[in-house]
Order: sequence, then structure tokens, then C-alpha cells
Amino acid sequence: MSTVNLAAGQPTADTRSAAVRCRAVTKSYGKGDTMVTALRGVDLDIAKGELMMLVGPSGCGKTTLISVIAGILDRDGGECSVFDNDFAGMSQRRKTLWRGQNVGFVFQAFNLLPTLTAAENVAVPLMILGQSRHAAVKKARDTLAMVGLGDRTHSLPSQLSGGQQQRVAIARALIHEPKLIVCDEPTSALDHETGHIIMRLLKNVALSQERALVIVTHDARIFGFADRIAKMDDGHIEKIVTSPKDLE
Amino acid sequence: MNFVALRMLMGDRLKYVGLVAGLAFAALLVTQQASIFNGYIHRMAAWIRDTGGADLWIMDPQTNHTDDAKRIVDTALQRVRSVDGVEWAVPMFKGFLSARLPDGRLQQVRVVGIDDATMIGGPPRMVEGELADLRGDRAVLVNEADLGKKLIVSESGARRPMRVGDRLDINDNEVRVAGVYAKGPEFFWEPMVYTTYSRALRMAPAQRKQLQFVLAKVRPGADTAKVAADIRAATGLAAYTGDEFAWVTMWYIMIQTGILVNFGITIALGFVIGVLVSALLLYTFMIEQSRNFGALKAMGVTNRAIVRMVAVQVLTVGSLGFGIGVGAAVIGGGVLAKADLAFRMVWQIPLIGAGAILICCLVAGILSLARVLRLEPAIVFKGAT
Repeated sequence: MSTVNLAAGQPTADTRSAAVRCRAVTKSYGKGDTMVTALRGVDLDIAKGELMMLVGPSGCGKTTLISVIAGILDRDGGECSVFDNDFAGMSQRRKTLWRGQNVGFVFQAFNLLPTLTAAENVAVPLMILGQSRHAAVKKARDTLAMVGLGDRTHSLPSQLSGGQQQRVAIARALIHEPKLIVCDEPTSALDHETGHIIMRLLKNVALSQERALVIVTHDARIFGFADRIAKMDDGHIEKIVTSPKDLE
Repeated sequence: MNFVALRMLMGDRLKYVGLVAGLAFAALLVTQQASIFNGYIHRMAAWIRDTGGADLWIMDPQTNHTDDAKRIVDTALQRVRSVDGVEWAVPMFKGFLSARLPDGRLQQVRVVGIDDATMIGGPPRMVEGELADLRGDRAVLVNEADLGKKLIVSESGARRPMRVGDRLDINDNEVRVAGVYAKGPEFFWEPMVYTTYSRALRMAPAQRKQLQFVLAKVRPGADTAKVAADIRAATGLAAYTGDEFAWVTMWYIMIQTGILVNFGITIALGFVIGVLVSALLLYTFMIEQSRNFGALKAMGVTNRAIVRMVAVQVLTVGSLGFGIGVGAAVIGGGVLAKADLAFRMVWQIPLIGAGAILICCLVAGILSLARVLRLEPAIVFKGAT
């Protein structure tokens, strides 16, 4: 077990296989007296095949950081490349298209479309990429089977439990085989046992050698699933550890 | 993504039905009121259309509509006939006279006196008898639509519709119903009675000027507009084609009665209600869907695709609302027509209705889109700080 103190400027992740590489990333909201600085120079490397958790108190900048990494929020300064793509030079349209192809999202509130069935929800990323509804739904059924919901393909989100909805969301994040999966509090709305099922699913099904997982969480019960844990505070990364015990 | 857009739209049944109903109501109001307005307009000039045969109507320049009795000197007929390009010209009398029905009731009637020799200017269709029957002693023709309504005969205590052979007095001149004609409904409501020009003059109170209209035919090959101008120059009278006289009549009645303004207000209100209801419902729908749109944007749906999705949604509710609204207007129009109320839907009216609904949809869509397009996909991460 090792601890890497990025605050001391010593990022030690293997940059040759880096999925995400951030240097001195800054981000503020608002202007003048109402300005809030969310990121104060974040350095972070995430390797391919790695499950990285971002933890820390509310308002420390975790969500802002994954928003910047996922390309849905523009940083103010610093550098950040994701699979060798720097969003800074991209138009909004290119960024959106890139996200559609390369990023999978798992949200705290699941964000399933309530009027679509489980299979149709899972098929959405493929439809965004231009696949026909028929082909996309067909593949979605296979993906749902992979997360253990092969028998609930026709169910609406309202007919599923929280854990089942999150599994649908994971299937949706996986179906288009993205390079990066970003999860925002994926277990906070779930009980302990269901949370563990979800994390095992993410670790065993979602993670691969060519893919990185970034999970923002407060849920200390799942810290053990991480390859590394980056502890954030007041807009910067305080330390990166490989064991939850080292967070103390 | 059209599929997703439609499922998002139809998922909230209440708002979906509200949107369709709002637009249907707007389409109904716009097309129904426009059709009734068109029906009235059509009726205002119905008599001119029903009076066939002539190319030009010559009358006093101050004549405002078909029943505006401003007489011209009898010699005007000869002066019109003398204008180069006029093939023939015939006199016509038209005026309000008081009739006493067989049961003693008084009824105002419009007496139309047509040329004794040629019978030009007569009613469009005979139901009973022939136009030539007017040459019979004290003969008049009555309108089929007035029989049993305004032209009623009491017989042995029972009332029955007037029929051929019945007698009535017009301005103390006894006349006999020689035939029954049919024509389209008119804006004016007094019964119209046809007789010959000479008999009409005998019925009418003596005046220095008796002639109401001169109907003229333009010689084949002659320019109608030029002949009309020559008649105006030679006689100092107004000379209109049937269409021109129809518009003179329609504009005068529309302005004097306030029909144009009243119907205009109703149609505009229908349109405004449609815009407000659909824009408000669509806007609140978009607010409620903003998290879903945010998630879709995060997952790679471009603003261009969002525009397409919203366009599909508004065009769907617009088409449905328009179809239901126009359908209801047509069904309602059928009922109105049976009740002899003015309702006339021509193909241009649904087109205008479609334009109005399209504008409703565009306004609603643009207002809603402005919010969705500005939406930061980061809202999907709860409490992004």
C-alpha cells in the first residue's frame, strides 16, 4: 500500500497508460464577491483499467472535477486530457459527440427516462450514436442480461427497485462500450447490500483493461472496491491512497 | 431520437392531453370563426352571384350595397346601351315594399323587377313553374326558403306555407304567386319577390327616379374594364363587374356592422389562447423534463438533436391539435349549416388554421428550447460544487 501526495507535486501514476491526466486544473463559479472557487489546481492521473474513487466532504469539488473530466463542464485553467483528448480545444458540439461515444454515466438519481422501458433506456446511448431503435433495443436486452436484469427488459423504471434501476443505469453506461465511466454517488440511494451488488457489478463487469472508472462517493462502505482513492478538500486533492485505512 | 422525444412527450398524459386540447381549441376557434365569417361574407354578395348573365352592374355611384335603394334616371338605360362595346343592357328594379299576407299580417319584402322582354336578372333556379310565368297576370315568384317561415297562409284556422296560386297584396297591389324559385341563403333576411320591371314600377310608390340597376353585357372581344370606364365617363354612374360590386357590398356591410372587427377579435383571441396555453404547457413540460434533457445532453445528445426532438414534440401535438380542432369545426359546421346558420369552410381556412397552429407551436417550441439549450448538462450531478 502506498500513499501518493499530489499536493507535493509528485504524481506517480504510470502516465504511459493514463486514461485521465489532469494538471493544475482550476474552476470557479460566479464572479466578483459571489465567486466560489471549486477547484484550486488539481493534479490527478487515472490509469486504464483503474477504478478511482473521489471522496471528501460536501463542497470540496469532487463533482466539479468529474464534470470537468467527463467534458460536461469547462475548466478555467490547467490541463486535462482524457484518452489523449483535451476538451479545451473542442467545440461544444464535438465535446458532446465525443462524450456520446466515449463516456458512460451512472447518476445518483439514476436519471432513467420514466416513460421508457428498461431496455429502451439502456438503448438510448446507441440511438444517440445513430443506431436504429430495433438494433439498439436488441443489444440492450443482452446488456441487461449481463447485469442480471434479463427478465425485466419491459419494465418501466417505476416498476423497478432502486437497486434494479441502478443496474439499468449501469447497463446504459456500458452498452456503447465507452472508454471512461463516470459515476456520481452510485450507491448513496441504496441499502448496504444492494450497494455492494452494484459495486461488484461495476468492478467485475464495467471495468476492463481499456476502460477507467471514476466514482464520486461519500459512501465509506464501498471504499474497499477502489484501486485508488483520491481524498479531496477545499478544491484540491489532499492525498491519494490505495487503502481506505490510509484515509484516516 | 424521435422515438425518445415522443415517449417523453406522451409519458405525462395530463400535459400531453392539455397541450393537444389547447391547440385543438385554438384551431377550432380560428377555423370555425373564420368559416362563419366567410359564410356571412359569402351571403352578403350571394344575390349578385345568383344573378347571372350580365358582365356589368351600373348604378348610382353612392350605392353601398345590393339593397341600398339609390335610384337613377330611367334614361340611363339608353345611355348605357349607346356606349361602344355594350352588347345589351336591361333595367332592374329593387326595393323594399310592404306586403299584406292573406291572413292580414304585414311583411316587408324585397321586390326585384326584371326586364319584361328578356327576363334577364331572374332567380338562378326554378322549383315550381317557369320564369316565363312572370308574364302572366299579376305574377310574382317567391323563394322556396321563405315558404312556411315568412310567407304563410292561414286557412280554416290552420297555417300552411304559401304556394302557387295564392294571392297577396304588395303596396296595395294584388299579386299572384306564379312560381317558386330557389337560391342560396343571403345576408339580408326579408323575403325576395321577383316580378317584371314594369309591374314592379306599378307596385312601387311613384318617384321621379325608378331605376335601381342597369345590367349590361359586354360585346365579345371587347375589354370589360374599358367598357366599364366608358360607361362611367358617359353616364357619370358607377359600373362594376359582379366581383367588384360584391366587394363594394361586402366591405360596406363588414365595416358598418362591425362584423370584421368582431370576428377578427374572436379569431385573434383563439390564436392568442392557443399560443398562451401551448407555450405555457410546453414550457412547464420542458422545466419538468430539464433533468432528463440534461442527462441526454451529458450522454451525448447535441443541441441540434435537442432542437429536432422538441420540433418532433411540438409538431406532433400541433398536428393532433389541428386535426381535432378542424374536425370539430367541420362537425360543428355541419350542425350549424343544418340550422341555416352561415358556415362556409373553404380550403384556404384550414390552411390559415394550420399556419396559426404552426405559429403557436413555433412560439411554444422556441420559448421552451431557449431554456433547454441553455441547460448545463452538469445539472445531472446533484449539487455540482
